[in-house]
Amino acid sequence: MAKSFLSIEKLTQKYPDGKGGEFTVFENASFGIEKGEFVCILGHSGCGKSTIMNILAGLSDPTSGVVKMDGYGVSGPSLDRGVVFQNYSLLPWLTALKNVTFGVAARFPDWAKQRVEDHSIAFLDKVGLSGDAIHRKPSQLSGGMRQRVSIARAFANEPKLLLLDEPFGALDALTRGTIQEELLKVWSGTDQTVFMITHDIDEAILLADRILLMTNGPLARVAESVEITIPRPRTRTDIVEHPNYYAIRNHLVQFLGKRSAELAGQPSEAGATHSPETIRIDKTETAASDRPLLQAVKI
Amino acid sequence: MEVLSENKRAAIWSIALLFVGLFVWEFSITAQTLKTGELTEYELLTGAGTAKAGVPPPSEVLVKAWQELSNPFYDAGPNDKGIGIQIGYSIYRVLTGYFLAAMIAIPLGFLIGMSSVAYKALNPFIQVLRPISPLAWMPLALFIIQDSEASAIFVIFICSIWPMLLNTAFGVAGVREDWVNVARTHELGAIKTAFTVILPAAAPTIVTGMRISIGIAWLVIVAAEMLVGGTGIGYYVWNEWNNLDLTSVIFSILMIGVVGMLLDSAFGLLQRRVAYVE
Repeated sequence: MAKSFLSIEKLTQKYPDGKGGEFTVFENASFGIEKGEFVCILGHSGCGKSTIMNILAGLSDPTSGVVKMDGYGVSGPSLDRGVVFQNYSLLPWLTALKNVTFGVAARFPDWAKQRVEDHSIAFLDKVGLSGDAIHRKPSQLSGGMRQRVSIARAFANEPKLLLLDEPFGALDALTRGTIQEELLKVWSGTDQTVFMITHDIDEAILLADRILLMTNGPLARVAESVEITIPRPRTRTDIVEHPNYYAIRNHLVQFLGKRSAELAGQPSEAGATHSPETIRIDKTETAASDRPLLQAVKI
Repeated sequence: MEVLSENKRAAIWSIALLFVGLFVWEFSITAQTLKTGELTEYELLTGAGTAKAGVPPPSEVLVKAWQELSNPFYDAGPNDKGIGIQIGYSIYRVLTGYFLAAMIAIPLGFLIGMSSVAYKALNPFIQVLRPISPLAWMPLALFIIQDSEASAIFVIFICSIWPMLLNTAFGVAGVREDWVNVARTHELGAIKTAFTVILPAAAPTIVTGMRISIGIAWLVIVAAEMLVGGTGIGYYVWNEWNNLDLTSVIFSILMIGVVGMLLDSAFGLLQRRVAYVE
């Protein structure tokens, strides 16, 4: 197997369980992400998604295992790996624009002030923020607008890998929809590699090239890698019409509803590597013959 | 009928209370002096006719205030200086001691806030030294420093250090993990993180500590100057008491209040500047 752009090798995370023993969140998790790919990871709470995210961000260290990006092991946080946190993590004493220039100035220290500002304004504009709003403090912005600023800050830094930790978890459903499409718009113009945690199946299908499914913790593992065989550009209203949509959705619901629990808690043999099984669901090849039938039913 | 705004109604009440208070004060004192009535020849001979020292009515205090404030900076020898000069000395001592304290308390507070080892190591000393009345240091300061002026500044230093130290430590330790993570993911160095993330995040708590400190320093300087003497508003109060000039005593008490309020509101403004809403 060729080395991926980002490869996670035998990642294991254990915590002391407070009784002298150890509590294994996940063990020997291994997977790869290609350059320019948008990958979502789905799983129940407590399966260690956020832990994987923090390890990728360099904010915490795994018990064992390595993360390699572009062939080099990563350690510690870096500007090459941008993070969008669930709670926005904007600095409340800075305006929206200053929050973005803060990141850009750190990323490109030799840029002139004007260039930093123009670059930041351009990215705020891409997520639909312009005019007066960019000079407001986060407290004067709605939750959706705050998360837009946070996304603009991350994209403006043009990191090699962008990590999104449940970025829309705190937003209402309608706002979430709009920002998801804005995220797609910003992303499609770049070859940005994105790794995103989510709880929302529909969101994952809309955004991702591939969805990684995790079993329940403890001893969680990345069990499956489901390809999203729906062509881009996608919109929320169009993808539900695609024949693959419900097939993929059902597979994901079945996994999260039943199999994530059934597969959970199996300790691995020493030195084993748990790579996810690749699942490809594509109805379009067989559905071609079914189509006239479906049309006949339509009024 | 038009309803007045809350502020206007409050202002009317304040003014009314002021006038009622001054009226009661004025009349209770004039009534006292009027009671003497006709004096017998004997009483006149024994000196009962001369005015006794008593609490002056507000009208006299106002006249005194007008005299003093129209020429605040005169200097007619060590026992007769204008109120402006006396207050100037006090403010100079307070600010000197205060800024020396800030220069030590804020960096040390940062250290304590960032490192739990430093916190645990220094906490016993802080807990023992903090409750000591600042004036209790005075004899030791006078003996070691051998200079009354510097001793007063030292007392201000020692009393204003604690609130700033503890609030800085508390503010720095309480900076949200997310904001520190933002600094980490942007590869900011320790110094840059301290100035661009931790300082603005902790600034409201730090400035609150500074505001408490300046209040305490202004309380303590009056007592300290009563002890060391020479100059300053505290000395002035005590000196006028020795002169039995109660009008001046009351006037200077009011001035202490006014200056304290101005110092406090200056820090109030600073507090508003650094405040942020999460």
